[in-house]
Amino acid sequence: MKRLLTRQNMIIAAVLLAVYLIVQTLLSVGIISAFYETNLVLGGIGVIMAVSLNLITGFAGQFTLGHAGFMAIGAYFSAVMTVKWGMPFVLALLGGSCLAAVMGFLIGLPTLRLKGDYLAIATLGMGEVIRVVLLNTKYVGGAAGLFGIPRLTNWTWIFVSAVVTVLCIRNLLWSSYGRACISVREDEVAAEIMGVDITRYKVLAFVVGAFFAGLGGGLYAHYYYFLQPGGFGFMKSIEYLVMVVLGGMGSMTGSVMAALALTVINIFLQSYAAIRMILYALLLIVIMIFRPEGLMGSKEFSSAMFSRFERRGDRGSAGGQ
Amino acid sequence: MEQFYVFLQQMVNGLSLGSIYALIALGYTMVYGIIKLINFAHGDIYMVGAFVGYFAVNYLHLGFLGALGVAMAVCVVLGILIERIAYKPLRNATRIAALITAIGVSFLLEYTTVFALGAQSRAFPEVLSNVRIGLFGNKVFVTNKELLIYGVTLVLMILLQFIVKKTKTGKAMRAVAFDREAAMLMGVNIDNTISATFALGSALAGAAGVLVGIYYSAISPLMGVNPGLKAFVAAVLGGIGSIPGAALGGVVMGVIETMVIAYGQSTYRDAVAFAILIIILIIKPSGIFGSNAREKV
Amino acid sequence: MALLEVNNVSKVFGGLSAVTNLKMKLGAGELVGLIGPNGAGKTTVFNLLTGVYQTTAGDIVFDGKNIAGKKPSAINQMGIARTFQNIRLFSDLSVLDNVRIAYHSHVAYKLPSAIFRFGSFYAEEEKMKARAIELLKIFHLDGKKDEIAKNLPYGEQRRLEIARALATEPKFLLLDEPAAGMNPQETAELMNLIRWIRDHFELTILLIEHDMSLVMGCCERIYVLEYGRVIAHGDPETVKHNPKVIEAYLGEEVTYA
Ligand SMILES: Nc1ncnc2c1ncn2[C@@H]1O[C@H](COP(=O)(O)OP(=O)(O)O)[C@@H](O)[C@H]1O
Ligand SMILES: [Mg+2]
Repeated sequence: MKRLLTRQNMIIAAVLLAVYLIVQTLLSVGIISAFYETNLVLGGIGVIMAVSLNLITGFAGQFTLGHAGFMAIGAYFSAVMTVKWGMPFVLALLGGSCLAAVMGFLIGLPTLRLKGDYLAIATLGMGEVIRVVLLNTKYVGGAAGLFGIPRLTNWTWIFVSAVVTVLCIRNLLWSSYGRACISVREDEVAAEIMGVDITRYKVLAFVVGAFFAGLGGGLYAHYYYFLQPGGFGFMKSIEYLVMVVLGGMGSMTGSVMAALALTVINIFLQSYAAIRMILYALLLIVIMIFRPEGLMGSKEFSSAMFSRFERRGDRGSAGGQ
Repeated sequence: MEQFYVFLQQMVNGLSLGSIYALIALGYTMVYGIIKLINFAHGDIYMVGAFVGYFAVNYLHLGFLGALGVAMAVCVVLGILIERIAYKPLRNATRIAALITAIGVSFLLEYTTVFALGAQSRAFPEVLSNVRIGLFGNKVFVTNKELLIYGVTLVLMILLQFIVKKTKTGKAMRAVAFDREAAMLMGVNIDNTISATFALGSALAGAAGVLVGIYYSAISPLMGVNPGLKAFVAAVLGGIGSIPGAALGGVVMGVIETMVIAYGQSTYRDAVAFAILIIILIIKPSGIFGSNAREKV
Repeated sequence: MALLEVNNVSKVFGGLSAVTNLKMKLGAGELVGLIGPNGAGKTTVFNLLTGVYQTTAGDIVFDGKNIAGKKPSAINQMGIARTFQNIRLFSDLSVLDNVRIAYHSHVAYKLPSAIFRFGSFYAEEEKMKARAIELLKIFHLDGKKDEIAKNLPYGEQRRLEIARALATEPKFLLLDEPAAGMNPQETAELMNLIRWIRDHFELTILLIEHDMSLVMGCCERIYVLEYGRVIAHGDPETVKHNPKVIEAYLGEEVTYA
């Protein structure tokens, strides 16, 4: 306990609390309009999705194109839990996340044997299969969609969920389990020889990533009143991939910043969908050609606020010192 | 007996779709064979081919063969440009980096087209009149367009087989695919060979685009996404890197998809392709004709 | 009882027999050399012993247990560690992380305690870090613990690989050409270090080496491999004078004194 109450951690907690309170106040007195509230929600969901995808792709090195599929599962299941079963929101969020994690396990176990681009295609296929199955499930409204979902997601839920996601994934990564995941990305053969059960850690990253993608989905579902399978296609997965790539594969703070930055950019490109996609495309190409490690590479942004993310060399003993 | 004719009719339809998948799959398989990249933009080259065909007929007033030729030529140039500008700088980068770039190129082609021409689909001009030919006492019908698709596909495949097996460029392509280092030492020009591979693959995709325009009469900027992915599945099914494999895989995929629509649920048509993919990847990732090698330690 | 027993093991790649009818027996605490011309199958033997490849025939018994069908990670956890002929460090990670990753099978906290930072997490992490640094000291790498592995000079990378292998706390250590690319002075130091490691960690070591002087001076027993078969075996003196060995090495640069 003592280790958690370091000065640094207190400062971070204080800053986070201040951010939360300021935004909350601005929202309640109406200075932040509904339009910007929507973008706050989208930004928060973006953070959750990008950080969880980065765990799988950036840290564990497993390239997946089906992240939106897990989001869909979380969204639909949590919506079913509140709309059809009358469950409280917290339970619904947890239920959606857990089901997404279970799917992550079931799908990850066979497909994670595949390497690189084959895995990418298999996960892309998985995302599409999830979408088509939802499209054909009458219980959740099929192609018409699932309606009448209460708007329960608000700034508080978004903020708390995003912080919890970042903290959990960060703690996982800065531990022996996280280092094992990273070793799989670095060299699978060497990792196995060093006693790292690579399948286990690939699946671990996949399951934890899917869990938080499910959380992002649950939050999304309870903000937009209705869900449609088409909203969780390949495009959505790419949107989050762009965030991860832009921020840097293997940089948590990079993902957070990229998610927020792209949300802001999207505000301006709201009514120019094609230009937005062209911009995304150019971003992907240009970053890969000129800076394939992303803006942050695998470094973490540090300042007073983020100095918990120590340099790579001290990964694992960070946080407590 | 009735049922058999229904089945046969579906085979006729399935073969047309399968021919188109096969033409696209060939490009995937050749490019993968030579630079180990899933060229995500390949399906979009096929889309560009369809649009070039559309403009060639509407504005240049060309007939079928003229449109086919122009579409193939434009796609060749496009394929070479994409490789030189986007993929070449990444030849020694990680596979993931190259793959992300390919996804970027794919989006760029799609949304530049949306931006320039709008997202709505357009009617492909009628370059051929519709003729239905009855078989088995008019129990099964095959159209002149279907025959055209079979014919063009067959001719192009034979041509491709000839180029790959008999010409110097084809031999160079096979050498580079087998062992790039060794090929380079033997004096093969790697850059030109890779360009030639993209050129050939893109030409076939361009042809497939025009054929689809004629067959389904509608084209749109995002028309390449699904056929592209399915053609890739076809290439994997046949054994990626294998030319006969891609041809066979394409036909099989087309037939299966048509059967799913006819006998099952058409909404599942896209899922079936991916289900097949995941199953092959798990059971026999090397596909029907592929071979598998393990990393040397 | 022998620590390692290799019973009539063969390995065929396609049509090529890389290892044929290999028999080996190593007792606890031995330091044994495995030599032979290039392509003789030495690295293949290591790959079989560590589960990177499965045997085509025969079986391998380590510490009384058959390792057939076991994953490399499971074999490592039984107590076999190795280095690679072509260095395979986690090259973008720090020196310290390279070693800490190898400690991972011995970590005492569970996943929830890592995510929620309760229980023994901090204590275990500190213990692990201290042990890793201690190990790095042995290899004179503690001053470079925060450097990225790929930025180390070649000789240090080789030493780091040994340190990383030791961090898995093996009973049996396999070294694949540990002195490759080192100068004579570094090689001599390494020889002493290997012997010292064996005594200090109470290990059994099997060592592949091209540099005959290193093997002759360092190992107590030697197996000579040619075309995948053992052509001679015994103490360095016997092996050195074996006509088959002399013939096998003819044409190669004979570097032993
Ligand atoms: N994965 C593999 N696939 C095919 N052949 C292999 C493989 N690994 C090793 N070989 C072959 O086995 C023989 C022995 O190789 P190796 O064990 O590396 O020799 P050494 O380490 O003694 O130099 C060589 O002919 C090599 O080409
Ligand atoms: Mg060797």
